[in-house]
Amino acid sequence: MTLAEVPPEVTTAGAATPEFERAAAKAESRRGFLLAGPAYLYLLIFFAIPLGIVFAYSFANRNRFGEAVFTDAGFDAYRRLAAPIVRDILFRSLWLALLTTAICLVIGYPFSYYLTTRSSKVRNILLVFVMIPFWSNFLVRNYAWRVILGKDGVISRITDFLGLGELEILFTPSAVVLGLVYGFLPFMILPLYASIERIEMSLIEAGRDLYASGWQSFRRILFPLSRPGVIAGSILVFVPSLGAYVTPEILGGAKTTLLGSYIVTQFLTARNWPVGASLSFVLMAVMLVATIVYFRAGGRNL
Amino acid sequence: MSVIARGPLPGGRVPRVRQRAGRWSPTRAALGVNAWFVYAFFYAPIALLVVFSFSADRNVGRWGGFTLGWYEDFIRNESVQDAIWVSVRVALLSTVISVVLGTLAALAIERFRFRGRQTFDALLYLPIIIPDVTMAVMMLLFFSEFFDLLNLLFDADLRKGFASITVSHIAFNISFVSVVVRARLAGMDRRLEEAAMDLYASRWKAFRHVTLPQIAPGVAGGALLALTLSLDDVVVTQFAAGPGATTLPVYVFGLIRRGVTPLINSVSVVMLVASIGLVILSLFVQRSRSGSAAGPQGVPAANRARRST
Repeated sequence: MTLAEVPPEVTTAGAATPEFERAAAKAESRRGFLLAGPAYLYLLIFFAIPLGIVFAYSFANRNRFGEAVFTDAGFDAYRRLAAPIVRDILFRSLWLALLTTAICLVIGYPFSYYLTTRSSKVRNILLVFVMIPFWSNFLVRNYAWRVILGKDGVISRITDFLGLGELEILFTPSAVVLGLVYGFLPFMILPLYASIERIEMSLIEAGRDLYASGWQSFRRILFPLSRPGVIAGSILVFVPSLGAYVTPEILGGAKTTLLGSYIVTQFLTARNWPVGASLSFVLMAVMLVATIVYFRAGGRNL
Repeated sequence: MSVIARGPLPGGRVPRVRQRAGRWSPTRAALGVNAWFVYAFFYAPIALLVVFSFSADRNVGRWGGFTLGWYEDFIRNESVQDAIWVSVRVALLSTVISVVLGTLAALAIERFRFRGRQTFDALLYLPIIIPDVTMAVMMLLFFSEFFDLLNLLFDADLRKGFASITVSHIAFNISFVSVVVRARLAGMDRRLEEAAMDLYASRWKAFRHVTLPQIAPGVAGGALLALTLSLDDVVVTQFAAGPGATTLPVYVFGLIRRGVTPLINSVSVVMLVASIGLVILSLFVQRSRSGSAAGPQGVPAANRARRST
């Protein structure tokens, strides 16, 4: 209990009270500041300053050697983002991220509902088996698909055996979407499960009593009530898919450059720091907006 | 299930919502099939990877008889061993530092009002929300500018490597630790601390004997999360690493991009076993004192999102 919060009846009305309380609040503030201090300082130096540097570079210009310089700084790099190449990459990334989100929702929703219909003991075991791939190494899980989808891989041999010819989707956008769904499906399932689990199922029974069909009770009762989970899950899948770098690098081909790889290329090979910096800022803005929507949807409780 | 629903209803229909005792219906069957499909989807690739790591064929993904040869290669390969060593050191050091800083930050935010609290709160959330690639770019620019400056000022020869990797891992781990610990603190009854202080415990004693034991599972959970994130990270590390030192994931990522070899299979299986070991450990820690803190589907779900591209 902090001194500042001593109930008024305890501190008995007296002339000293206001000063006493002010002093206590001050001591409290000092203590809090001391506790927060080390982390605060650390994040200022190693997070806020780097963020500021990227922000500054996004307004920089390039000299004729391609180095970023701050003479004639302006919105040049941001204007460059409207170029057809960048626009194509932006749209492709958006499209693949949306597709990934939609697939995760279609698979994840019935799965989460199924989980809620199990007894609580079974449910906990089933949930643990969702958590395990969710926490295990992301790079390795993507690499596993490289092994399966590759030339002579398991998938191509199965399709060959079935007389479908050798299916080769490695290094195509389909492989990237597959990898993203594989990586992020748990992000859809967990918030969805949390929100469906909380729904009072007697509401659906009531609907059924009033002669709602199965589809109607899903569309009019279950789905609307689980909307916070749908929004939260969709954002948790969409946002990392949009900025994904590892999956497209491993499973995508040269023709499927996405936002993440493009930004990296700007820094490592193309040496166009201003464009890379401005694009990372645009990406971050998308994430910030999505996060605000996420919290509005009740994400804090999911 | 409500009592009313058990009896026959007008129209003679029995609602089939959430019936546990099995009555077959196409919807229920489809739900079950979908669930099995999801589990197969999750586990088949991992299982196949493990199987093929024992295959003698040089082509990854083709069976050529059983061998342990790729694991021998893994043990003999010095670059892999070096990378593992760097990974472990970075993970341990960044975890220890971020657990201390993150726990203090959580206590400050949950228990004290102080000037700059809201700014701090926002700053603490940013590393979780920010896209991996943006964070990576930040670290790249920061360290190149920062080291240039230091080298110029002190005529030193600082390069990116172990130190810069560790610094960048701490920068994101502080936030994750503090979120997990805050969840635990928020679920804790504050009156316990008050009671201790009413009984003349000093602030420190109340913390040491009341608060700390209560938040310990949260701190442990935060530490395991930090350890996992540090061991898994590819993107940020790749940009903070220099020619001096790389971590195992970055090394493996480089190998994969150059072309897959069966060596990667065995290294991957080892990484997989390590991270699954950590998962089981963390589930155990969270189980050991099941409270309202970061439950399996709670906080980590939101938090892992960012760190895994």
